[in-house]
Amino acid sequence: MAGHDHQQHYIKIYVVLLVLFLISVAGPEIGIQWVTLVTAFGIAFVKAYLVIVHFMHINVEKKYITYLMATSLLFMGLFWAGVAPDVMRHEGQNWTNDGAKKEVSQRMAEIEARKAAGGHDAHGKKAAH
Amino acid sequence: MKPIATTRSITGMPTGRLAVWWLIASEIVIFGGLLASYLMHRIGHPEFGDYASHTTTWMGAVNTFILLTSSLMAVLAHNKAEMGDGKGAAKFLMLTVLGALAFLGVKSFEWYGEITHGYVLYTNMFWSFYYTAAGIHALHVIIGAIIMVFVAKDAAAGKELQRVEYIGIYWHFVDLVWIFLFPLLYIAK
Repeated sequence: MAGHDHQQHYIKIYVVLLVLFLISVAGPEIGIQWVTLVTAFGIAFVKAYLVIVHFMHINVEKKYITYLMATSLLFMGLFWAGVAPDVMRHEGQNWTNDGAKKEVSQRMAEIEARKAAGGHDAHGKKAAH
Repeated sequence: MKPIATTRSITGMPTGRLAVWWLIASEIVIFGGLLASYLMHRIGHPEFGDYASHTTTWMGAVNTFILLTSSLMAVLAHNKAEMGDGKGAAKFLMLTVLGALAFLGVKSFEWYGEITHGYVLYTNMFWSFYYTAAGIHALHVIIGAIIMVFVAKDAAAGKELQRVEYIGIYWHFVDLVWIFLFPLLYIAK
């Protein structure tokens, strides 16, 4: 049996996604950190929500599909909780990651020296290898 | 004779559609793990900001536009399939494939420029993440486009129209991954 035509609805969602996309590109150009976080990453979650609900139709699926997706995200969260503290920080109460600390200080010194020399700024075309 | 995935619905939904959701659940772990690893390294290594400044934002933006548009084409194909219009569904699926080809074309051009400038997989950890994440994503685009051609061929003949929705769900997930890859690799500099 033929269903209803939802074409106009999908096009409306697409236009909203495009507007959000333009904001996510323009926002970071202002150069303020919290604006970048909100426009680039905050809007990514809004766009993802629109795609999941309106294009993938998860809201009309059986409830256990939502739980299945949430379980996968939970595993991702567990992975983050277990690993991130050791990667994001380079020293703790009883440990220190000398390799990572050395890498960061060396590379940052190289970048600063390059900027000071005026040859290549952060948007230059030569990489700090 | 139709495959079991098409006819059986013991779980309250067609088994084929359930299989696509299972696939996506496993993909969330794959891409989620990769993106989480990137994010924690990005936070722990401020020098990544300098490395990321060499990615080309406008090319990432063009590809975001292309994937969003191809997602619209995929959902319009589903809409046509729901109405029993196999030919219309096939037309929109082929437009989605066109989007996939455009995405891969921009990606190839972008990678060519980066590789010739000396930014390769082993240049540093940032570029390793960059090529791994974008490469696995591009592989999903290629696989999705190939499957879509077969689904479109059947749909044009009015056969297996339910598969138009299944490949659409997968395609929207590929779009979703890019929605997060774009700010992580191109915007956060």
